Amino acid sequence: MSEASANLQYIQEKLGKRVLDTLLVQGDDVLMLDRSGLRESFRFFKEDSRLHLDFLSDITAVDYWKKKEPRFEVVYQVASLKGGRRLRVRVPIPEEDATVESLVPLWKGANFLEREVWDLFGIRFLDHPDLRRILLYEEFQGHPLRKDYPVNLWQPRVPERPVEGTFVDERSRNKLLSLKQALGPKNGSPKKP
Amino acid sequence: MKVDSQELPLEIMELQMGPSHPATHGTIKFNLKLEGEKVLDCDVEVGFLHRGFDKSCEQVTWTQVIPYTDRLNYASSLINNVGYALAVEKLIGVETPPRCQYIRVIISELARIFDHLTCCGMAASELGAITVGFYMIEARELIMRVIESLTGARLTVTYVRIGGVKHDLLQGFAERVSQTFKTVRKLLNDCDRLLSRNRIFIDRMSNVGTISQESAISYCLTGPILRATGVNYDVRKVYPYLVYDQLDFNVPLGSRGDNYDRFVCRIQEIEQSMRIVDQALQKIPMGPVWIDDPRFVLPEKEKVYNSIEGLMHHFKIIMEGVHVPSGETYFAVEGGNGELGFYIVSDGGGKPYRIRVRPPCFIAMGAFHEMIKGYMVADIVPTFGMVNMIGGECDR
Repeated sequence: MSEASANLQYIQEKLGKRVLDTLLVQGDDVLMLDRSGLRESFRFFKEDSRLHLDFLSDITAVDYWKKKEPRFEVVYQVASLKGGRRLRVRVPIPEEDATVESLVPLWKGANFLEREVWDLFGIRFLDHPDLRRILLYEEFQGHPLRKDYPVNLWQPRVPERPVEGTFVDERSRNKLLSLKQALGPKNGSPKKP
Repeated sequence: MKVDSQELPLEIMELQMGPSHPATHGTIKFNLKLEGEKVLDCDVEVGFLHRGFDKSCEQVTWTQVIPYTDRLNYASSLINNVGYALAVEKLIGVETPPRCQYIRVIISELARIFDHLTCCGMAASELGAITVGFYMIEARELIMRVIESLTGARLTVTYVRIGGVKHDLLQGFAERVSQTFKTVRKLLNDCDRLLSRNRIFIDRMSNVGTISQESAISYCLTGPILRATGVNYDVRKVYPYLVYDQLDFNVPLGSRGDNYDRFVCRIQEIEQSMRIVDQALQKIPMGPVWIDDPRFVLPEKEKVYNSIEGLMHHFKIIMEGVHVPSGETYFAVEGGNGELGFYIVSDGGGKPYRIRVRPPCFIAMGAFHEMIKGYMVADIVPTFGMVNMIGGECDR
């Protein structure tokens, strides 16, 4: 265990075993947190009057493929809107069970951020209301920010999607047909005036 | 305006707006559920401009990432440059000389003016105030000429380097800036007279796209959208970087969190940015603009061409990249649209292991459905205009 700021010591006292490690990196508070009870830990950060980390700044992930075990780390940046120290929370996630609790109940903005992590890293967020791909399309195979995804890999072409519920106006279609018939086969293309 | 469509029983219509719509200056798709003209629900689809920024950055050296950062928010590419360079410098553990810090403040604020002028001008012209659009684009062009005279490029400038800036300010830069600001202030005054008592403009902006303070915080919003709700959160004040704590400026705040407040916040921020630039140009000290550290700074051309050591030094930095010690860090600057953060991980090599950008307008698009719910289809245009979604940054 390395030296820790007052905030980190306080968090360690309160959360106990959930804290895996505390680090002080370039003047930043960094917390290695266990993924069990993650939402409760964040609720504590958000609602505790001393920490007052009420602002979720970012959620992302890092893939330490063949460098570290467990393979993934989900990284949260939380801050206080009034200033003070930022806190970075790193949560190790194993590859075989790449899931972590969603923070959408605490911060609605986590929705898009978690969808992006799922899209690019394939880490599932439990209880997420709408976990779809966001930057890529549904048919995309794999998760491109994983280190074992080759940078020059081509994706197969996507067949045209059937469009559901499209509103087609029968009248305009009939009008077009009758117009074509009236023009006849020879006048298929409009002539220049 | 909020519509109350209780009188007529209406079918719910699904409408897809975008991804290439003339009123949404960016590729984005809204899947709307409409009841008449009232928006019941809006599912925002982003990602049409996704080009793999993160993955691309992992393939090139630390210095080669800088041109990629230009292409994030291309309306304020200098701020992206500065933010990235500051993040890498934080990981290395160096601080640039004071003159360089002042230059970075000056260019950041010029880029912010550029960004706000683009946003406000486009939003106004989409509401029919074409004149305002032209006036603001003219002001933007003047700012762009200042940037061009300094960096040699207009939009994707790549002016900042790890450990410094490409070159010092040129002679006569301060006069040029003050001349430009005089014209910009005059143009903004004209725009003010065209808009601030304009019934059409106010009706379409005021009380439209409202978001409450609690929702704005919950949706992780930053920048003018958050400040329009009255939350005093500006990274320059709350987590000061560079020399912002030595400069005197205010953070304009709104109260209602609607489009009009966002617009006013942005316009007032332009004035504050001009104040910052004026002060910084007065206070800027003489001195070097690069850190004194051969590990990160290219040698002078004189040495490269005339000595083998200089050539090898140059070759090593260009081919292998600067070696950033292994570790991870997060650094946030105040971008045009909000908190622009860089989370970078290094494994000690010449290439980044992971670069993550916290894109303010991507997160703002996550809250867009909240802003537009209950309003009319036509209200999407001003609301989207004031969010100022920049595809390059939103989709990366």
